[in-house]
Amino acid sequence: MPPELLIEAIVAGLLLGCFYAAMSIGLSVAFGLLDVPHIAHPAFLVLGAYGVFLLGQQGLDPLLAGVLLMPLFFLLGLGLYRFYHAVFEQHSDAGLRGLAFFFGVAFIVEVALIRAFGVDQRMVDAAYIGTSLQLGDMRMPTRMVIAFAVALALTGALSLYLSRTFTGRAIKAVAQDQTALALMGADPIRIKQWAFGIAMGTCALAGALLIIVGPVEPGLGRLYIGRTFCVVVLAGLGSMPGTLAAGLILGVAESVVLTSLGASWAPAVAFGLLLLVLAVRPAGLFGR
Amino acid sequence: MAGAAATVLAALLLTRMVENEYVFFAGYVVLQFVVLATAWNILGGYAGYVNFGSGAFFAVGAYTSVALIQAFQAPLLVQVVAAATVTGAMGFLVGALTLRLRGIFFSIATVAIAVICETVVINWSFVGGARGIAILQPDTPVGFASYNRMLFVAMTGFAVLAVGLARFVEISWIGRGLRAIRDSEEAAESVGVPTLRLKLAAATLSGALMGVAGAPFPLYMSFIEPVSAFSLNYAVSALAMPLIGGTASWLGPVIGAVLLGTVQQVVTVTISSELNVLVVGLVLVVYVVAAPQGILGLARRLSRREGAGR
Repeated sequence: MPPELLIEAIVAGLLLGCFYAAMSIGLSVAFGLLDVPHIAHPAFLVLGAYGVFLLGQQGLDPLLAGVLLMPLFFLLGLGLYRFYHAVFEQHSDAGLRGLAFFFGVAFIVEVALIRAFGVDQRMVDAAYIGTSLQLGDMRMPTRMVIAFAVALALTGALSLYLSRTFTGRAIKAVAQDQTALALMGADPIRIKQWAFGIAMGTCALAGALLIIVGPVEPGLGRLYIGRTFCVVVLAGLGSMPGTLAAGLILGVAESVVLTSLGASWAPAVAFGLLLLVLAVRPAGLFGR
Repeated sequence: MAGAAATVLAALLLTRMVENEYVFFAGYVVLQFVVLATAWNILGGYAGYVNFGSGAFFAVGAYTSVALIQAFQAPLLVQVVAAATVTGAMGFLVGALTLRLRGIFFSIATVAIAVICETVVINWSFVGGARGIAILQPDTPVGFASYNRMLFVAMTGFAVLAVGLARFVEISWIGRGLRAIRDSEEAAESVGVPTLRLKLAAATLSGALMGVAGAPFPLYMSFIEPVSAFSLNYAVSALAMPLIGGTASWLGPVIGAVLLGTVQQVVTVTISSELNVLVVGLVLVVYVVAAPQGILGLARRLSRREGAGR
């Protein structure tokens, strides 16, 4: 491959990688920190994208719509975790049944979306979609640059929140030792519920990115199950900077394969990467 | 043994007596799910290793048949044996993964394997690639009214075989060893259960049976393409059916597959195929919430309560 093409592929991959990181950051909290097998995460990304689509039809900017939807998704997350905890976590057999539960939830969300919107692809309109930025000899689609910026902001904000604020540190503590946290006088379940709410809240904004970057259809979530889990596992469970790094690695790998071998091989390489990590270093790059 | 022979005989009689072709078309699908669910349960139910890649095993089985048909018009039996060999080897590989991976990490690895297999098939034009390929059914064998009726009887045989094998595994020392692994792998290992060998055996058997479920699929549909063959629905059904029926016994997957499989067929015909997905989702959520041990567990709990009341 000529070097210019390779550089272009890498730049495109970096942008794509940030986008993947934004898709995965909520899962990094829910699965990485809280050990909730949240298979339905990508389905809620798509739900968020459709929410943004609805608001977009009222003339709202997609990014603004994503931010506006965040509190709603936060509340949804609080409720979902409450239910999950009451039914599964209390009975110590959360593993398989919890997984099956979230699979069921993902299917229900998907079909609800098909019923409401049909199977057609939907997209949003904004001034910055379809234009591109010129940087030296390279052209970058503006929508990818926006995804890049939002992903950086989201990761930065969550990292700061988890390391600087009291609640954020409590979330990290509950991931390390739940009993110890309870002994310190904090209610681990309320902390976890709060954290799960945040994880779901990010789905709204990430969903906005999803529909900004490309058209969305109800079954799209299935594609992202593998990608998001790949990023979270590659990152090392629960590490926010790790999530960004893992997203970048996946994005660059996919993009390079895309330009050298063709689009049809891209998903296999992403998953090959995942298998490699699982086999060689299951703790991930930034494992706790 | 007598039960097994009776079941196959009953299926054979059915092909003589029932006129409606659709009965066999739908019945085949339900039986195929019996095989798939039973196979999943050997590794997932007994040993507690959740395989999310059942769809891939099914599809690799189907595509093994396609490759053989394309290469030298291999007969059905050869296809099935070859498919079982290929997916059995795949199962062995998955079993080797359990060396390092437990719980959800194992499950994610099986998803990864599924996507890799799908990508390979999409890029392999000999078996049709992404566009899919049409397969001609051979001449209808003597004694059957249609080829699909023959496949229906064959699938009944495979289902009986799968359930028989699962039952053997369950009541033998292998099953006890696998249950020990599910409850505590460390404890099992330390009292001398050969955990790795048992896991490899269970994964290989489970994989081979999933391949058997998929092998006749190209002939049955007369057409195959990667997206529907590798569909997530197979993976989820394979895990939902044992969960609904009950994972502790060989009967559980059979009950679950017959129930959910039939409901899916009815919904697909009477309402729509997208509601099919909704049914799986709803049933899955309702059952894991309300009947944690599946239908069998529910029945056991009820009979115990009745016994206590007397």
